Amino acid sequence: MVRIFGPLVGLFFAAALLWSFGVGAVQLIREPEPSTAVKDFHLPPKEVKFTFDGPFGTFDKPQLQRGFQVYKEVCSNCHSLKQIAFRNLADLGYNDAEVKAIAKQWGTKAKTFDPKTGDAGERDNTPADHIPAVYYAGTGNPPDLSLITKARHEGPAYVYSLLTGYTTQPAALLKKYPDSATPDGLYYNPYFANLNIAMPAPLTTDGQVTYTDGTKSTVGQMAKDVAAFLTWTAEPKMEKRKQTGWAVLGFLLAATALAYLAKRNIWSDMH
Amino acid sequence: MSFPWAKHYKPSHPLMVWLDEKLPLPRFVHGAIGGGYPVPRNLNYFWNFGVLAGFCLVLQIATGVILAMHYAANSGVAFDSVEHIMRDVNWGWMLRYGHANGASAFFVVVYIHIFRGFFYSSYKAPREMIWLLGVTIFLLMMATAFMGYVLPWGQMSFWGAKVITGLFSAIPIVGEPLQQWLLGGFAPDNAALNRFFSLHFLLPFVIAGVIILHIWALHIPGSSNPTGIDVKQESDTVPFHPYYTAKDGFGLGVFLLIYAAFVFFMPNALGHPDNYIAANPMSTPAHIVPEWYFWPFYAILRAFTADFLFIPAKLMGVLAMFSAILCWFFLPWLDTSPVRSGHYRPLFRKFFYILVLDVLVLGFCGGSPAETKYVLISQIASAYYFLHFLVILPVVSSIEKPEPLPFSITESVLGTDAAATA
Ligand code: HEC
Ligand code: HEM
Repeated sequence: MVRIFGPLVGLFFAAALLWSFGVGAVQLIREPEPSTAVKDFHLPPKEVKFTFDGPFGTFDKPQLQRGFQVYKEVCSNCHSLKQIAFRNLADLGYNDAEVKAIAKQWGTKAKTFDPKTGDAGERDNTPADHIPAVYYAGTGNPPDLSLITKARHEGPAYVYSLLTGYTTQPAALLKKYPDSATPDGLYYNPYFANLNIAMPAPLTTDGQVTYTDGTKSTVGQMAKDVAAFLTWTAEPKMEKRKQTGWAVLGFLLAATALAYLAKRNIWSDMH
Repeated sequence: MSFPWAKHYKPSHPLMVWLDEKLPLPRFVHGAIGGGYPVPRNLNYFWNFGVLAGFCLVLQIATGVILAMHYAANSGVAFDSVEHIMRDVNWGWMLRYGHANGASAFFVVVYIHIFRGFFYSSYKAPREMIWLLGVTIFLLMMATAFMGYVLPWGQMSFWGAKVITGLFSAIPIVGEPLQQWLLGGFAPDNAALNRFFSLHFLLPFVIAGVIILHIWALHIPGSSNPTGIDVKQESDTVPFHPYYTAKDGFGLGVFLLIYAAFVFFMPNALGHPDNYIAANPMSTPAHIVPEWYFWPFYAILRAFTADFLFIPAKLMGVLAMFSAILCWFFLPWLDTSPVRSGHYRPLFRKFFYILVLDVLVLGFCGGSPAETKYVLISQIASAYYFLHFLVILPVVSSIEKPEPLPFSITESVLGTDAAATA
């Protein structure tokens, strides 16, 4: 039975597949898949080096603080960062008093609700609060940035490239794809998936943010710093993960070497 | 199972004698994985993967049970509860990365284990039942992994669940009601998430049960071996302990080194970035792809693009995808060659290597966007896949002339066997 029905089923599926293949191939020859503006003009992220690259990489705390400052002064107008509580900022090297002050002075206040009167109100943030949600009335939906560097391929380089990648739409693109002109209210950016992003270039001029540690705040520097900061928000346990990893690998290497010797010893009379 | 020369369990300590009378658990262990279980002396490292698969299951249960203590199966908070595990739970990041990469490791190990079975025809008599239970375990693993991937409730979780449960709607007449019944709604939602969590917790224990049957069935004929010939005499075997406990220990070390490299240094390399975006029913991802271990089957599903003999393409795809695994159940009866090991089957061996290549190509296509060129490649590769199992294997086993087999396992290891000339 199996030896009769088996081959029949096999031939049936193979025939159906070759039929699909034939139909698809004919279609492809009749009307080849059209090229698109995205296929021709989308760019992979730029090459950027970060201190946290590689198995030994660590965060550069002054850089994270600068990146946080960029987030606070620029991005936080539109983007929330809901996975991060103010207390987490201690990881960047701020002391308790500084964390308290950052929370207290944060522009968007924490919401309160009085169950006796039903009144909604506001209060200052405390270190235990998460960074409050922001609401954005403009075009498009600014995503929460907490995990953005893990939610995109080559995230840190992507964020850097996106922020430094705004240009005018190339003439060659408009010539080849006249229908693909950037619509009103959107901005051309070859690093963005569909080339036209609703976010206006957030970092436009050198010195837009005044760094307190003396680093020159060029657009490239600010973009790199905020990309580093957003890598920390996505993976705050990265340093501990790598440190633990080396200890685990060291232990396993020793244990495996011993296991190998034990195995050789036990099998020595058997070959 | 026991060969006549299997060592019997002899407790010496009075406590062990007492225990042996009341509950002979040590006797059981001795016979199952101890000195009382004779195993062919010539097993190569491909025979390590069964124990490694068992280890992976233990690893998944251990990390999974602790994750479940902190996870919240509610579509409103599931995504954030996973981030809570990553950020606020002590060692939570390690548990979660360990569990996610553990699933991948489990599939790597089981794929090697299965392809070991293909090459050495481990499915042949008298080991058919071991094989049938193995394929059952694989199906259960796929269901478990699929439902586990839904739990973090990211974009790929949601859309993956939608696509896969959508497959049921291809079944004529009952399809749509069936899909709604499975999901508890029209699309994946809180009801679906809750039942997936419940089943994802349950199924590994079902798998554990089937593994017990798998190993029970294994112990009746005993392990096969790279020559594929039967054990004849005591010199063909060694006791499982200490010989294979030592070899498995070393294998486990190597496995753990690779596994740890992933968990600690590239924990997201095998995942999809979109699953770090919370599920959003209003926004479809550009490419919906499952986890890598489903790619070959996903490629087969998508390869059917034209209706065939009035059967809708979608239904054909679903039938083929399930048949791609179900056909393994019939291997013991499709491959009729009396020789087991691929080492002595020149023609079979060539087709085996083509199959390996074919499945890799299918995997590559399944992970690529559904563009025409990849679809065309996967159509050819899928056709070969079915032809291999259902047509080529039966034909090859009837026309092939196998190479001469060694006299015994002992001879294959030592070059000579006194029993051969006696
Ligand atoms: C004026 C409001 C505004 C500001 C300020 C702003 N963004 Fe955006 N951002 C947006 C909007 C709107 C989108 C959604 C774009 C879309 O989907 O087309 C967005 C999207 C993004 C994305 C996601 C792109 C993608 O791949 O989907 C990133 C990353 C990002 N912003 C980073 C930043 C950073 C970093 C800053 C601070 C330096 C910043 N944004 C400042 C409005 C803003
Ligand atoms: C949870 C997954 C699994 C576990 C824990 C497991 C465990 C084991 C163990 C411990 C062995 C003995 C050691 C060895 O021969 O490698 C074994 C043998 C075997 N397994 Fe599995 N297995 C699993 C899945 C599968 C699957 C999915 C298949 C096939 C589809 C399969 C087929 C076989 C066969 C045929 C043997 C006997 C091989 C021989 O003796 O030559 N197993 N399994």
